[in-house]
This record gives sequence, C-alpha cells and structure tokens, in this order.
Amino acid sequence: MNSEIAKNTAIQKEKTSKMNLSRKAYVIKDNFELFLLALPGIILFFVFKYMPMYGIIIAFKKFNPNLGIWGSKWVGFKNFEFFFTSQDAWRVTRNTVLYSLDFIVIGLIAAVAIALMLYNLRSRTAVKVYNTVMILPKFLSMVLIAYIVYAMLNPSAGLLNQILGVFGGPSDIDWYSKPEAWPFILTIVHIWQVVGMDSIVYYAALMGIDESLFESAMIDGANKWQQTIYIAIPHLIPIITITTTLALGHIFSGDFGLFYQTTRDVGTLYPTTDIINTYTFRGLVGGHLEVASAVGLFQSVVGLILVVVTNSIVRKINPENSLF
Amino acid sequence: MEKKYSIGQLTLHAFFIIASLTYILPFILLISISISSEAAINQFGYTLFPKVIDFRAYKEIFNNPAQIIDSYKVTVIFSLLTTALSVFVMTLTAYPLSRPNCKFKGILTFYIFFTMLFGGGLVPSYIINTRYLHLDNTIWIYVLPALVNAWHIIIIRTFFQGLPEGLVEAAKIDGASELRTYFQIIMPLSTPVISTIAFFVIVSKWNDWNTALVYIRTPKLYSLQYMLQKILRESEFVNKIAQESSSSMFQDYQIPTESMRYAMAILAAGPMLIVFPFFQKHFTKGLTIGAIKG
Repeated sequence: MNSEIAKNTAIQKEKTSKMNLSRKAYVIKDNFELFLLALPGIILFFVFKYMPMYGIIIAFKKFNPNLGIWGSKWVGFKNFEFFFTSQDAWRVTRNTVLYSLDFIVIGLIAAVAIALMLYNLRSRTAVKVYNTVMILPKFLSMVLIAYIVYAMLNPSAGLLNQILGVFGGPSDIDWYSKPEAWPFILTIVHIWQVVGMDSIVYYAALMGIDESLFESAMIDGANKWQQTIYIAIPHLIPIITITTTLALGHIFSGDFGLFYQTTRDVGTLYPTTDIINTYTFRGLVGGHLEVASAVGLFQSVVGLILVVVTNSIVRKINPENSLF
Repeated sequence: MEKKYSIGQLTLHAFFIIASLTYILPFILLISISISSEAAINQFGYTLFPKVIDFRAYKEIFNNPAQIIDSYKVTVIFSLLTTALSVFVMTLTAYPLSRPNCKFKGILTFYIFFTMLFGGGLVPSYIINTRYLHLDNTIWIYVLPALVNAWHIIIIRTFFQGLPEGLVEAAKIDGASELRTYFQIIMPLSTPVISTIAFFVIVSKWNDWNTALVYIRTPKLYSLQYMLQKILRESEFVNKIAQESSSSMFQDYQIPTESMRYAMAILAAGPMLIVFPFFQKHFTKGLTIGAIKG
C-alpha cells in the first residue's frame, strides 16, 4: 500500500517537473513574442525620445556640425553662463512662470464657475449644446485662433478698434506695439480656448454628488447660493486640489503656440510675451544651438523636479490621482 | 419643484448664449471678411456682416489653387498615415504591458513613462532629426516622430487590462500565439479605445504647424496650417499666391489680398468645423478613459 503511494507520488513528481520544464519554455516563448510585438515601439521611443536626450550634451559643448554631437568640443557650463548672465534669462523665466500661474488661477475660477452654472441648468440638452460650442477651440489650430485674434486687433480694420470708436474711445490703437496690453489679451485668449474643456472635469465631479444632499438642504431652507457654497464647492475641493497641484508641475513649460502665433512673434511685444519656449525656438532659428539647448535643458530639469515634487504631494493626498 | 422658466434659469441661459456667441461670432467674422469686397474692407474695416458681398477672393484662389492643393494633399496624406501607423504601433506596444505573464513589463513601463517626465527638447531633437536621420524637408518628419506617445500607450494599456482575462487565457490554452491573440482576440474588442486615440492623433496632425515651421523649406511640402501661418504673417507670400492665380492680364488689376487671406483660412479650417460635431462624443469619452491612473 505504502509503496504504491510512494510510486504514485514519484510519478506525480516526474509529471510536474516535466510540466514545469515545458511551462518554462512557454514563458520564454511568450515573452519572446511579446517582446517582438513591443519592438517597433521600443525602437521609435529610442530614436525620437532617447537619442535627443543623449543629444542634450551639446548644451555643454561648442557645436560644430562637421564634428557631430560627440565630436564637438566640451566647454563646460559656458553656454549656461551666457544665458544666465544675459538680461533674457530673468525675462523669459519670469514671463513663463507668471503666465502659468495666471492661467492656473484664472482658468480654475472660470472653469469651476462654468461647471457650476452648467450644473444648475435644468435642461440637459442645453448643457450639451453649450458645452459642445465651448470646446470648439480645442479642435482648431493655434494658427486659426491667431487669425481670429488678428481680425479683432488689426489696427486699421480690426473689430476691437471699431468697437472702441463707437464708444468714443481711441480707434487707432496699434495693439501689436503695446506690450502692456498683452498679459490681458493672452489671458483672455487662453481662457477662451480651454475653459470649455477644463470645466468638463468639474462638471463630472458635480454630477457625482448625491442628490439627497441638495434635497435635504432645500428642505432646511437653503437657497441655490447657499447650496453652492456649502455643498457643491466643498465637494469640488479634492479634485481642484489635484488638478491644481498637477498643473503646478508644469509651470515651467509654456504653450509655444499661444505665445508664438497670437503675438505674431512681434519683437516689440517680447518684454511681456517672450517665454522660455519662444526664446529657445528663436535660438534655434538664429543658429545659437548650444545656448538654446542649454536653456532647453534648464527647462527640462526644473520641469522634472517640479513634476516629481507635485506628484508626490498628490500621492499623499490621494494615491488614486497621482501619475506614478 | 422649480419652474422650468424661472428667472434664475433664464439668467443662466442668457449667460451661456452670450458665451456661446463669443465662440460662434469669430467664425462668422472670418467668413464675412472672406466674402467682403476689398473696397468695403478698406472703407469700413472688418465687419460681422459683409457690406458688399464679393466672392472674388474664392474665385482667385480656385483659379490656380496650386499651393492650397499641395498643402491639402500633404496634410491629408501625413494625417492618415500617422493615424494608421501610430494606432498600430501603440496598440502593439501596449499589449505586452497589459499581460500578467510579461516579464519585462516593469522595465518597459518605465522606459515609456520616463519620456513623459523628461525630454531632450527642441534643439537636440532638431540636430538628431536633421543631421543624423536626415528627415528634414521630407514628408516623414511629419509622420515618424509622431508615432509614439507615452500617454496614449498608457490609456490603451489600461483599456486592455479591463478586458476579461479569461478570453486571453482561453485562446492560449487553445494554442494561440501571443501575436494571434493580439490580432484575433484583443483588436476586435478594442474599437472604443482605438477610435478615441485615432481621433486624438488625427486632430493633432491636422492642426500641425510646428513641424513645418522647424523642418520644412519646400512650399510643396508645407502643411495646411503652416501655409495659413505664412499667409497671415507674410504679405509677400499672399501676393505671390495671388499673382500666380490672378485671372487678369492687366497690370493694374487689384488683387483682393485681404479677403483672400481669410478665404484661405476658411478653406483650410472648413473641414474640421464641419466634421467636429460628429466626433465630439469620442473626445469627451477619451477624456474619461484618460482619467485613469498610469
């Protein structure tokens, strides 16, 4: 009896070990196939994302096209010195950060306000129609938006000067030579462009609130305004905290299209419209490749630090919403 | 119960109607300028409704539409090509990331995800693409660098992970290879995520002006949006197009450059504005899919 059992277990053992062997072979085969599937993607990431990261060493070199990236002469931190001792450094950094903060704060207020108003609309069809109209700019290129801005601001024919004229104001303002007006213009254009899309997130969060909270508040005599202040907004705080923190991670990268297209890259406007991205682009066009890539590296490194820091804050608040 | 037409509701509607007008009127303005006569523009400026209707700008453009046809051709080709290829490559890459039996999942995820946090930037990319890959001034510069996007791959992977694991298991027990499982099991079930990503890619390619700005020098290869930028910025470029297309033999014939500028914008943006409402559903859906942790 005992020996039979022993025999059986021996057979069993042999079987499992055989299965283990073939299983291992399967794991290898599967993983080889999976690797082949991922290979085109791996190569594309390598060529178009990782090779430029290697190329960044020219920030520490004097670039000579004939010698290539590796062959060019090392110059240490000279390119960085050149940038940071110029007047541009402060200007472009300040503009980039201030515009980002401006867009975050005003964009948030506008998006939440729109979401609250949509939420208070009775007709669902109306919500859909208004929302569709307001996300329209998301589908248009920045060039077309620049057209619209130009049609408004054109000094001789533009609509804005005509409107000012009707109300007895000056009707010949050359907006493209008035740097002081552009913080307002760019803010309006940016908010106009993104508010429809941004409000969707908050609207969705509002839709998730338990209806009975509002009903009981109504029975207790709370009006619409009080319901908004004491129920709706507190429920939005978590999502606001997260979107804002994540947005803070990107304050160092500006929207190149907005600043390059709507301003028509007019030099007079640089004091208030030049950001790191437009500055780097001009460096590229002007052939100052090393300095431009030094500025790009500065932007990337600060950006990386900001994203990692803000993300770890978000993870502390709510791990579900962190990026990693 | 609140009345449907209370003062509060009416105020809200009034607000949104005005807000919506700020989105609709600019396009009416562009159309109006494009069909205004040049003399009317000079006299009255841009007006929301044309004072004197004149379709000459369109006639001039259609008379010899070489540049706009070239740009349309290039843009349609690279938009479709990029969309098809990138959806294919990105789903292929996302599939191993979604498989529990994949041993290199962790490394690959990091390899892809890291590109979202850090990048070489404009100038190093420029040097690699021009000096080493020689992609500048070819149609491939529009396509190849745009094929992979870390964020899109993560969205696709998350979608794949949501498919019932049993399906893949069953296919594997029946002896299907990973490749076959991907094509015959996963792909047919993934139309929602594929159409969403395809839509993201095609919108961003259709609106691509930066690539041409940095890499393209031949007018034949200008993307539609870059052509528009040149028209808006450079009066010589408009004049050149106008001269080429001018229907008149007479030297003193005045070309309606101002309205032509806007007519070009309408011709270039038109398709997107017409197609847009049909795709809006995908866009919002994509947002909700995208709101998943990476």
